[in-house]
Amino acid sequence: MKKGIDVFAKGLFLENPILVLLLGLCPVLAVSTSTRDALCMGIAFSFVLFFSNIIISSLRKFTPHHVRIPVFIVVIATFVTITDYLVAGYSPQLHRNLGVFIPLIVVNCIVLGRAEAFAYKNNVFLSLADAIGMGASFTITIVLIALIREFLGAGTIFGKMVMPENYQPFIIMILPPGAFLIMAFLIALQNKLIKK
Amino acid sequence: MISNNLNIFLIFLSALLVNNILLIRFIGLCSFFGISQRIESSLGMGAAVTSVMVMSSSITWLIYNFLLIPFHLQYLRTVSFILVIATLVQLVERFTKKYNTNLYQALGIYLPLVTTNCAILAAAFLGIDYHLSFLQNLIYALGVSLGYLLAIVLFASIRERIIFSPIPKAFKGVPIAFLTASLMSLAFLGFKGLFRL
Repeated sequence: MKKGIDVFAKGLFLENPILVLLLGLCPVLAVSTSTRDALCMGIAFSFVLFFSNIIISSLRKFTPHHVRIPVFIVVIATFVTITDYLVAGYSPQLHRNLGVFIPLIVVNCIVLGRAEAFAYKNNVFLSLADAIGMGASFTITIVLIALIREFLGAGTIFGKMVMPENYQPFIIMILPPGAFLIMAFLIALQNKLIKK
Repeated sequence: MISNNLNIFLIFLSALLVNNILLIRFIGLCSFFGISQRIESSLGMGAAVTSVMVMSSSITWLIYNFLLIPFHLQYLRTVSFILVIATLVQLVERFTKKYNTNLYQALGIYLPLVTTNCAILAAAFLGIDYHLSFLQNLIYALGVSLGYLLAIVLFASIRERIIFSPIPKAFKGVPIAFLTASLMSLAFLGFKGLFRL
């Protein structure tokens, strides 16, 4: 149990996949224009990671070593398809907003990376803890970036106006350059904090 | 966004500059930051992406329209596309190794990386989501991949010079690369005024 908590905490802070390892950047930068979309993207991503980690970990004894990558990809692609159809069925508007980024979870480096580096080598319980840690850290990071961008770029949080009426938003923050800008400052901040 | 009656030149220009896959759409960023330390390696990656993307988009278009739609198997889109792309990359690798050793030495190490490059899969999905014809899809893939090549080579050439500049300590390495990308993205945003889509 303690080992499970360790694995969970490691995924959440020390091995933060986005800010430390710079993996899976595409959805993080593209979907973080609104907090609501970012939260849903985080949940969809965690769902895929959770189930693919469980399946891959439980199949690890039966998977021949040299065809493991195609096996991982098929398992992940199946859960991505399920997620895609679930989102399209329950919220067509959200499906339009997230667009091509839901099917693109298939080639997200984090999911494939965790399958290869963790789930294929560890038991189901530890893989589950790893998936929850990684999924939570992905969701927290993407929501954090979206909060900053939405607040500065539109003066809103979760679509609600929080700034005074005459607030002039930084439009640039919700345009593509703003995403790179926020990432630059977040990583610089993290470098500063870790090295001190 | 892209309607059926747009002419081919506009599709090409839109994919290349206005909706640049790296700087405006944020697809394929892992390789954008990973393989842009030197101009030569970014050129190799760009060339590998261009050649594979044009082939894979055409093949996935044919599979979707002549295999998946007639049998009502659209839900197999994600699974079948990723497997087709992985197989295609393997084939291209074997083929260049056997018939063109020089090309293999130039592209060889970048080819396996192309499989997990989201830009390839995204171009295949987008071509289908926009309901393009076969020719339009081919031109679209060409535009997207040349846009990738353009952006990554420009980025690598800026990064090669940045190494010699005095940068605040916390911004060394990755953060300054993101700032560079931000300014490049701002420049590409200027192309939005070219024409309305």
